[in-house]
Amino acid sequence: MEPLIRPHPHRTGWVISRRSFLGTAGLAGLNWLTPVGELLARAAEDLPKGEPAYSVILLWMQGGPSQLETFDPHPGTRIGGETKAIRTRAKDIQLADGLERLAEHTDCLAVIRSMISKEGDHERATMMMKTGYRPDPTTTYPSLGAIICHELPVGKTEIPRHISILPGPWPSRGGFLGAEFDAFLTYDPLQKVPDVTPRVSPPRDLLRYRDMEIAEKTFAKGRGSRVEETLHRHSVQSARTMITTEQLKAFDVTLEPLSLRREYGDTPFGRACLAARRLIEVGVRCVEVTLDGWDTHAENHSLTAGRKEILDPAFSALLKDLKDRDLLRKTIVVWAGEFGRTPNINPLGGRDHWPKGFSVALAGGPIRGGIVLGATDPEGKKEPDRPVTVGDLHATILTAVGLNPRRENISPIGRPIRLADGEPIRDLLT
Amino acid sequence: MWIRNVVFLGLVVGGIALLTWQLFPEEIPQHAPRFQAETLRDHSFQETLQRVNAAFRKDWAENGVIPAPRAPDLQIARRISLGLTGSIPSLQEIRQFEAHGPEDRIAWWTQGLLEDRRYADYVAERLTRAYVGTEDGPFVFFRRRRFRHWISDQLLANRPYDGMVREMIAGRGLWTDNPAVNFISFTIDPPNQKGPDPDRLGARVARAFLGIRLDCAQCHDHPFQDWKQSDFQGLAAFFARTKHGFAGIYDANKGVYESEERKTLAKYVVPPTVPYSPELRPKEGTWREQLAAWVTSPGNPYFAQATVNRFWAILFGKPLVEPVDDIYAAERRPEALEILAEDFRRHGHDIRRLIQLIVNTEVFQLDSAADHELTDLHDKLWAAFPLTRLRPEQVVGSIVQASSPETIGADSHIFTQLLKFINENDFVKRYGDSNGEDEFAPGHSTIPQRLLMMNGEIVHERTRPGLFAGSTRVAMMAPTDEKAVEIVFLTVLTRRPTEEETAYYVRRLRGEVPEDVLPKDEAEAARFKAQAIPDRNGRFQDLYCTLINLTEFSWNH
Repeated sequence: MEPLIRPHPHRTGWVISRRSFLGTAGLAGLNWLTPVGELLARAAEDLPKGEPAYSVILLWMQGGPSQLETFDPHPGTRIGGETKAIRTRAKDIQLADGLERLAEHTDCLAVIRSMISKEGDHERATMMMKTGYRPDPTTTYPSLGAIICHELPVGKTEIPRHISILPGPWPSRGGFLGAEFDAFLTYDPLQKVPDVTPRVSPPRDLLRYRDMEIAEKTFAKGRGSRVEETLHRHSVQSARTMITTEQLKAFDVTLEPLSLRREYGDTPFGRACLAARRLIEVGVRCVEVTLDGWDTHAENHSLTAGRKEILDPAFSALLKDLKDRDLLRKTIVVWAGEFGRTPNINPLGGRDHWPKGFSVALAGGPIRGGIVLGATDPEGKKEPDRPVTVGDLHATILTAVGLNPRRENISPIGRPIRLADGEPIRDLLT
Repeated sequence: MWIRNVVFLGLVVGGIALLTWQLFPEEIPQHAPRFQAETLRDHSFQETLQRVNAAFRKDWAENGVIPAPRAPDLQIARRISLGLTGSIPSLQEIRQFEAHGPEDRIAWWTQGLLEDRRYADYVAERLTRAYVGTEDGPFVFFRRRRFRHWISDQLLANRPYDGMVREMIAGRGLWTDNPAVNFISFTIDPPNQKGPDPDRLGARVARAFLGIRLDCAQCHDHPFQDWKQSDFQGLAAFFARTKHGFAGIYDANKGVYESEERKTLAKYVVPPTVPYSPELRPKEGTWREQLAAWVTSPGNPYFAQATVNRFWAILFGKPLVEPVDDIYAAERRPEALEILAEDFRRHGHDIRRLIQLIVNTEVFQLDSAADHELTDLHDKLWAAFPLTRLRPEQVVGSIVQASSPETIGADSHIFTQLLKFINENDFVKRYGDSNGEDEFAPGHSTIPQRLLMMNGEIVHERTRPGLFAGSTRVAMMAPTDEKAVEIVFLTVLTRRPTEEETAYYVRRLRGEVPEDVLPKDEAEAARFKAQAIPDRNGRFQDLYCTLINLTEFSWNH
């Protein structure tokens, strides 16, 4: 079986032929990290001893979730609003009320309360959080999932290894690594996976495919390797493999016991989280699951309460399920949105965009559980303690899946770009 | 009673006659555009063309490269149609094209498209992306559709390009009222309560209109080009007095661009300065007017070169100098770039003339195939037409067009257009728009694209049998199966089938199955056949689907 997605066959060559000087420099940048070099580099850096994880599940809170109503409550203060704090299994972690089930699993959670970003617009901030770089018209940065799929081997997976369930307006993309690293988009797991079911009987479908041969031959004549290089026929072949593979069942949550499905919650997001677990079981590297509706410029309190009713069962069931199957060891779960919300409550009872101190939660793999990193000012005036940049967050996740964030890729204009623009946070890794 | 029957029969017969006539017209309607053959015979036009051709030939001779032969006319027509309207030509258009005499067919055909709203709309979308990128922009302050319509109107009127650009850089007023200012208002940042952003505007002007990526010098001196941070800031400073208010975009009397000394953090004022050729900057006018005049001045070499490079890219699917907005950095700039740029400057920044020049060059009309081997050097020196992936809009436009013998476009029934619009947007999302702004970066076919084309809704809906479906009409009305295969090939691939192809697909239309796919066991083979062969209309649908899924369909060649 041919790999579904294979490393870019031409990109480097293309860079070299166009700009030989930079190309050579670029190649050098890739080559100095041979496997041995990589090992040495790692030993020197004293990377965590915990075994690297295999997959990443990103729970993406589109709209910018309020940190004060989720992972960073400040009850009894001016900025805290009506939200109360609850005690959790980990003594250092307090959560906002509404996350009672998640509170049972904080022993595996690392909560960062001091995330800072420079982007306050939904689209730009989403790009920034997903790629680790500020959007910049000269380069389209790849998202975290694309980087991981590009760096790590394919294995036996016959379905796309980068998947976005319930995608928002800006799903994760391959950027300069190529469209073949874009997340495959799919929706509520109760619906059919789009475009994988042939519209006609299998023999008729097979014949349509067989019928392409003769006209493809005409087109290939006199064009030599140029036609092969389009990867068109290769993609047709892989797409046909995908629609016939047993692994497609990983999308089908109705194959799970009803009791488990209830635990995740009878919501599209709950089902999507369950599908994410099934997908990583067949070797999918990165799954992004979106829960939108966090853009609470008015009535923040009641709106976030509604979101938490969906989030709490799904997130906690996912952690429990992964633990029960001994998959949490191999899987990083990331909870994040594009930014947080203002400490000030506006006249409409809402909170506005706030990239200067918000929360992200991590679990699984070599991530240390039961800890809190950083703190925001209870009066909402000072900068957060121990600020964590988006680049540091990315470097931490990449390290946790066994990648060196300092490794460089070469952008199409020949610029070397590190996998992440930051340093891994040692305290978060075992 | 019998009168009603007669009327009904009359309607049916008339309807069938009309449908047949559309497929096999006896006379081709010559709604010929006002074709200005004189333009092409014009001495200066021919001279520029010869110079461009000679420049490429010189490159080939020096490198010992034998170019591909000239492409068939229909293949050239397909390229022009895809580049200018975003879809393949309709059967109706192919018939008109072939009915025109061969000697000036390409120029005549191009002229017709340049006066068509489909051209203006499609190219306007390409230019919008170059000017403001793909982000949605600030709600309220930015009206993307209005901006695009405005560009489309300018293109249809063939307004001189320099004037159009001056209006974008220096325009005043409300984004709803004077759509050109959307270029400015796009950078307003409501969440941070900031007005038009001089940094983003300076960077945009350099990239979109001059093919220079000054953005890299925004934070530091450019690592591998001559640009200094002060060049970037000087250009951005022209927008320091650009403000927005109730009356829209205006120029204030006061305002400066401030920068910070990196070590001492002391602030200092940066005056507006141009990065090169300061003598071209007029003394009069607002800062923005001065900048607009400098950018579009005939003495500024990069303005015309950047425009030529962009239109070259729109037509070929690949810019003459890569990347499309970084001409300055290129190691090698083919001579043709400056020859065409010079012509563009001298003839009033006339976009139609530029497009006619490009499509009439020898390189545009070369085949993408040859009897001898085509190497990377052929690609580099334009000695063969490049294979480039079609944009998602071009693919969906072509699917919609392939399923109908008549031209679908500005003149079609409003319902057809509405359908086209709804389908297109959904399709473009799933097909995967190119990443970011460089829509001409090389790329590949992807699996989701193939899934969408094989099993997706649009291809299925557009090819399924039905009274008015293109496939069924061909099935019912083609006089012979051979003729039917030819029509399907023309509508989908804009070419006639080879003998081998005709023979194979005729057999398939008659319900035969190639031996190699049949199961060995006879009973199983019979069962396979029963499931594999639909009725005649279904077999026509299968032929359409097969051809739509070919490399040839999704790639420009």
